[in-house]
Amino acid sequence: MANRITLDVTRYDPAHDEKPKFETYEVPLRKEWVVLDALNYIKDHLDGSLSFRWSCRMGVCGSCGMTVNGVPKLTCATFLSDYAPGPVRIEPMKNFPVLRDLVVDTSDFLLKLAKSKPWIIRQVEKPLDEEYFQTPEQLEAYKQFSMCINCMLCYAACPVYGLDPLFSGPAAIALAQRYNLDSRDQGASERLDILSQHDGIWGCTFVGECTEVCPKKVDPAGAIQQYKLTATMEWVKSLVLPRGAE
Amino acid sequence: MHKRSNEPFLWLLFSAGGVVSAMLLPIHLLLFGLAFPLGWLDGPGYEKLLAIARHPVTRIYLFVLCSLPLFHWAHRFRFTLYDGLQIKHLNELINILCYGGAVVGTVLAAYLLWSIP
Amino acid sequence: MINPTEYLPKSYHTRLSTYWWLTRWAYLKFILREGSAVFVAWAVIVTLLQIHALARGPAEYAEFQNWLRSPLVLVVNAVSLLFIIFHAVTWFNLAPKAMAIRLGGKRLPNLAIAGPNYIAWAVISAAVAWILLRG
Repeated sequence: MANRITLDVTRYDPAHDEKPKFETYEVPLRKEWVVLDALNYIKDHLDGSLSFRWSCRMGVCGSCGMTVNGVPKLTCATFLSDYAPGPVRIEPMKNFPVLRDLVVDTSDFLLKLAKSKPWIIRQVEKPLDEEYFQTPEQLEAYKQFSMCINCMLCYAACPVYGLDPLFSGPAAIALAQRYNLDSRDQGASERLDILSQHDGIWGCTFVGECTEVCPKKVDPAGAIQQYKLTATMEWVKSLVLPRGAE
Repeated sequence: MHKRSNEPFLWLLFSAGGVVSAMLLPIHLLLFGLAFPLGWLDGPGYEKLLAIARHPVTRIYLFVLCSLPLFHWAHRFRFTLYDGLQIKHLNELINILCYGGAVVGTVLAAYLLWSIP
Repeated sequence: MINPTEYLPKSYHTRLSTYWWLTRWAYLKFILREGSAVFVAWAVIVTLLQIHALARGPAEYAEFQNWLRSPLVLVVNAVSLLFIIFHAVTWFNLAPKAMAIRLGGKRLPNLAIAGPNYIAWAVISAAVAWILLRG
């Protein structure tokens, strides 16, 4: 294995550049390095002005999402040697406005996430000294969807989100399902009112790339299709049962 | 408070059409589109086929076979036009052409099946 | 959207290219899958034409048979068949994703739902073929 590798990295300075461009850097190719290590090497030794987000460097915080050779990846979880001999193209996450270099504006995702009401909603609150009990089976029902680290790789992979900025997107909908399926939650109806819309679940065409790129195996595409089925059954019920029989 | 979309109705039609298309269209197209014309297998012949077709159960079967897949096409094609061609601003027109086309096909199927002697 | 300020002049907005579906094999497969719907519609049209010819009498039907034998129509129908089979396979493989059926606490594996669908496909196809092919 060669001991150097070339990185083509997006650079964009909003104060001076009309649009992003690529700059080339040569970094050591160490067997155990991830792409994030290479970026930090650039920042430490080659070009201190390179800006990018990262934090935990172990795949739990969701900060370091970027596009590596056209594919949305967590740079802390992507081995550099997998791209040998290179060059490796590193760009900001797709479908988000670029603030600077590899940093994107994620505020739209945060808006969509809040729209899903990703918290336990109760019609009737329990007194503070009474716990909510949950069996392992009840936990299993929503656990997969709770693994989301809000890294937004699914949004970068989703062409519907790229084409329609109003679309709620994979993670927001999967997280809504996480709470819908939680035995402690009583907010399913409220969330369905918000998400059974064209910019909610019905905008999804099941491309399935969101599930492919998810680093935590959340399977947002599965969550959305299940949600469509639930919404459809609720719709049929609303036709058959008298109105207001919620 | 938003009113929930009526999209589920269209999704149901799309799903039903998807199942019918998947289960039945392959064998139909294989036999009538390739095997019989190319002589790989002997087709039923006019009299036999007419006898099968004029049976009420067959007429209903053929109606389902012709109608639901068209609604499946309509739904998928509508979204393909939205996403593939990015012409969402024409969505009224797209909806009319797609679902309208499926309705026209359905009516046509009903008429044709009615008119089998 | 963060409003431009003195410290943040502007962000760069990328626009998805009209040819986004050519940029990755996964996207192309998706568009082909969606495109199979067009061939589904074509199969229905052929069936409608067949019913029409059948209702008109043996001469019309024979003419329809000849049309089916013309090279262009054969090619179109062959391609359609490939796409319709592609539709069926992708449909059966994707259908389980919409159903989270739990038995004894664990979720049913996808094959438990896709499998019966494939079997039904084979049985139904055989039944249709038998009806048409028996003497």
